[in-house]
Amino acid sequence: MSDFWGQIFNFSDYGELLVLVHNSIIAGAILGVVGGLVGPFVMTRDLAFAVHGVSELSFAGASAALLLGVNVVTGSIAGSLLAALLIGVLGTRARERNSIIAVLMPFGLGLGILFLALYKGRSANKFGLLTGQIVSVDDPQLLMLVIISLIVIAGLVFVWRPLSFASVDPDVARAKGLPVTTLSIVFMILLGLATAVSIQIVGALLVLSLLVTPAAAAMRVTASPLLTPLLSVLFAVTSVVGGILLALGGGLPISPYVTTISFLIYVVCRIIGSRKTTRRQVTA
Amino acid sequence: MTEPVLSLRSATLSFGDRELWRNLTLDVVPGEFLAVLGPNGTGKTSLLKTILGQQKLTSGSIEFLGQPVGKGSKRIGYIPQQKLIEQGTPLRARDLVAFGVNGNRWGLPVSSRAVRRRVDEVLEAVGATEYGSVPVATLSGGEQQRVRVGQSIAGDPKLLLCDEPLLSLDLHHQRQVSELIDEQRKRLNTAVVFVTHDVNPILGMVDRVLYLAGGRFQMGTPDEVLRSEVLSYMYDTPVEVIRSRGRIVVLGAPEGYGVHDHLEHHTETAPQ
Repeated sequence: MSDFWGQIFNFSDYGELLVLVHNSIIAGAILGVVGGLVGPFVMTRDLAFAVHGVSELSFAGASAALLLGVNVVTGSIAGSLLAALLIGVLGTRARERNSIIAVLMPFGLGLGILFLALYKGRSANKFGLLTGQIVSVDDPQLLMLVIISLIVIAGLVFVWRPLSFASVDPDVARAKGLPVTTLSIVFMILLGLATAVSIQIVGALLVLSLLVTPAAAAMRVTASPLLTPLLSVLFAVTSVVGGILLALGGGLPISPYVTTISFLIYVVCRIIGSRKTTRRQVTA
Repeated sequence: MTEPVLSLRSATLSFGDRELWRNLTLDVVPGEFLAVLGPNGTGKTSLLKTILGQQKLTSGSIEFLGQPVGKGSKRIGYIPQQKLIEQGTPLRARDLVAFGVNGNRWGLPVSSRAVRRRVDEVLEAVGATEYGSVPVATLSGGEQQRVRVGQSIAGDPKLLLCDEPLLSLDLHHQRQVSELIDEQRKRLNTAVVFVTHDVNPILGMVDRVLYLAGGRFQMGTPDEVLRSEVLSYMYDTPVEVIRSRGRIVVLGAPEGYGVHDHLEHHTETAPQ
């Protein structure tokens, strides 16, 4: 039994390991900021399923890149941008969107499995695409992740207010002259980029834990449009950085640590949120 | 003569060979309350879409503030049908109103002190101060529409477009919300174009009625248009308009036609 826990939580030589991965921790924190900022929009625009669909095509792109021996991050971005644009352009209504995603997702996953089966390199690389691998990402790729993350953050900051308006109140936003359709395409591009970078840490299968769970947790405890993204970022960064720190010694993938922390935060927020609602009902 | 806020010249709208209205010429001046009435599918909502630039006229022209209409405008306040905002949406009543002030501006949703003060003023004006910081999703239908009225006037509009804003409200809230719209129109001298299938809640406020039915339209004061002869002509079938205790009831109109939909409510005593 103690072997089991020793494998999951191992802190021997921790100081030395920390030095080795400090770049990963910084990158992880920045990715957490991206996930935390994108999340509230994913929730209000009802795109959680789309995130999953985009991530499977991103996985297909990344595995194609692995097979061809080109940059995995580039392949991942190509796949997710293609998926995000298809979903954004073809799926303006929720029902259409869901069926398009349901069609794209298994196709992407199937392609990815094909490319990985053909790939003759290290099998750790294969598994990493599905379940996360940031510690094994090398420095030039890490730099690329950081640059893309900064682009997504800058883009979101620029369109923030009109995008929130168009997300929660599209009819009135359109009447006020906002380019609602263009904003939605812009958001899909930013979402595609955010998904592609998140895949590098938590893997294609677990992207939702970074792009959806933190925002869902934040929305349980506040309705303030300012506090929601701030809390969501705090939760996402805590999950990623906490996950990397806990995973360090054990040699296991970091994704279970990240997903578990983010899940526990959600559970706590749900409990706090339900207390709040009951109180309001009592006083009302 | 005051410059019209909205003017249509020989405007015609048809889908395929179905003509919704033809040669509609209309000027709406500041402070005027125009009710657009008629059964479903006669182009009431299409008229709003035309004003918002989301629907092109088949022929004729339409101008807002002397310019051909664009894709929406900051100078237009829009009150949609009451739609429940989804539970958990991170949006308080005051945020919805703030969108009416500066929702078009790029950047982060940090409001300046001037905007916050404006939002407080508007909440006060529509009597929504007490639930300003409550999530919109937890408000009742009547409260939400009250906030909607606030949102629509927050940007100092020249024209208020109301698309069935009283739908799914009970009689009491129908009256409150329509009185609120009327009050704001008088205070701000804003023109109002109010689409509805039931004229009764707004009967005392309306300056002019535009009645659409069967590819025809009639325009004039409520007394001129809401008469048995006029509606019988429009529907091409005998229709009777009855006025009783300040309310209008239309009998015998082909189905899908609305004013009498609310007949059953008339026997209820409206809460004071």
